Amino acid sequence: MALLALVRRLAPPALVFTALLGTWEAFVRLAEVPSFVLPAPSLVAATLVADRATLLPALLVTLKITGFALAAAVVGGVGLAILFSRSRWIERSVLPLAIVLQVTPIVAIAPLLLVYLDPSTAVLVCAFLVAFFPILSNTALGLASTDRNLLDLFRLYGASRLQTLRLLRLPGALPHFLGGVRIGGGLALIGAIAAELAAGAAGKGAGLAFRIVEAGYRLNIPRMFAALALISLLGIAIFSALALLSNRVLRRWHDSALDQDK
Amino acid sequence: MGLAMLDTTRPRALVTLHDVGKVYATGTVALANIDLEVRSGEILTLLGPSGCGKSTILRLVAGLDTPTSGVLSRNHANVRGTVGFVFQDPTLMPWADVFDNIYLPLRLQGQSRNKAAPAIADVLERVGLARFVKAFPRELSGGMRMRVSIARALVSRPRLLLMDEPFAALDEITRFRLDDDLVALQAELGTTIVFVTHSVFESVYLSSRIHVMAAHPGRITAEIEIDTPSIRRGREFRTTPAYLHYCRQASDALQRAAPGEDA
Repeated sequence: MALLALVRRLAPPALVFTALLGTWEAFVRLAEVPSFVLPAPSLVAATLVADRATLLPALLVTLKITGFALAAAVVGGVGLAILFSRSRWIERSVLPLAIVLQVTPIVAIAPLLLVYLDPSTAVLVCAFLVAFFPILSNTALGLASTDRNLLDLFRLYGASRLQTLRLLRLPGALPHFLGGVRIGGGLALIGAIAAELAAGAAGKGAGLAFRIVEAGYRLNIPRMFAALALISLLGIAIFSALALLSNRVLRRWHDSALDQDK
Repeated sequence: MGLAMLDTTRPRALVTLHDVGKVYATGTVALANIDLEVRSGEILTLLGPSGCGKSTILRLVAGLDTPTSGVLSRNHANVRGTVGFVFQDPTLMPWADVFDNIYLPLRLQGQSRNKAAPAIADVLERVGLARFVKAFPRELSGGMRMRVSIARALVSRPRLLLMDEPFAALDEITRFRLDDDLVALQAELGTTIVFVTHSVFESVYLSSRIHVMAAHPGRITAEIEIDTPSIRRGREFRTTPAYLHYCRQASDALQRAAPGEDA
């Protein structure tokens, strides 16, 4: 039954995706479009295999940066959200700065960071900055949305602040937090790619974005598409992993996780 | 029987409110001149229309709020576990199963799960949910959730149980059943209960005494003693002439307190 449900869920998007690729492949072949203009999906797939020695290390670099940035954003975002929930003064003092960082486009910040930091650190900081805000704001919202009656109940039972945080506020904020992490995961990848493009770092620390730029300079269009496909796959994988995590954590008690099974 | 003056001759008042008032920061007078005592072992009902300050009194008694005038004294240490509270909503932690929800008061007292388990099993048995110990709140019906809420309030064996319209959102059948269970539990455990309701029938069925309240400002306008001991009551009480008599009395008192308003 579970397998059937999975097939039912995956079949429609898989069909659309296959139809799109089929049309693309047919168009390139029938119209005899040169591969340096638009490579066929089959050629992109072949390039993925042929250039794996270049692309896979780049994928790992981008994945590592995204992962570290997301982890730092989780620690920083949740930590700051807890501070916000403890003190309105801290919230009023720090939130404007967080908003400034959020609304300033990362591609405008990246060149500055590259002046002060080494390229790999600058890329990491850029990815962190874009992932940080949604996690902070969502978690802060979750912590502020604690059920008032439950808070009264904890007070009545003489709960300490730490007990209230650990047993009530944090679990209650989980759905908001996980929503923020899902957004932050995708944004961390976007931040990492944007910063890599700005950094243009080559060699051992080069990520997928640099491979795209490099392939563009060499007019190796199939490799550009192959690197792009890897970025898309990485984005899908990150989103799916975080969605799965969210679903596993919330599935028995929160409507957002329950609706996915319908 | 009949309207009675505050009886100060009875011993063992758990909580006493003398000339208590509550004015909110907005200037709204929520309560004025409240004289009330909660006697050990009784079910005292606060009956009145919405907005008459019933819940405010409950919060004051619980220590969740403070009066702005008058004196509120407790004849019991207001420490962990001595007061239980049941809200209009079950107010359960949706991420925790039935066991962990009921475990909460004991957990906050520092008891281990193992040590708390027998008390939790006992209270679950009493509310008829022994089979649902691993269920999550969303997997339970409204009535079952309220039973969990009551079980949580009772697990620490509080001396005083405060209930704020706990059955108001439930259907009539479930409500009657929970009223029956509450009377039986109170008779068995001897817990003192202050019960807030706007239902005349529920107040008469449950209570030893009813305080009838009026709004603007919230005040007590009448006190009705129900002579039939709750311990001898059963479902048949609802069809007795005495029950109907008390219902008429409470209804009349409400009408006098708030002419033109529906309870």
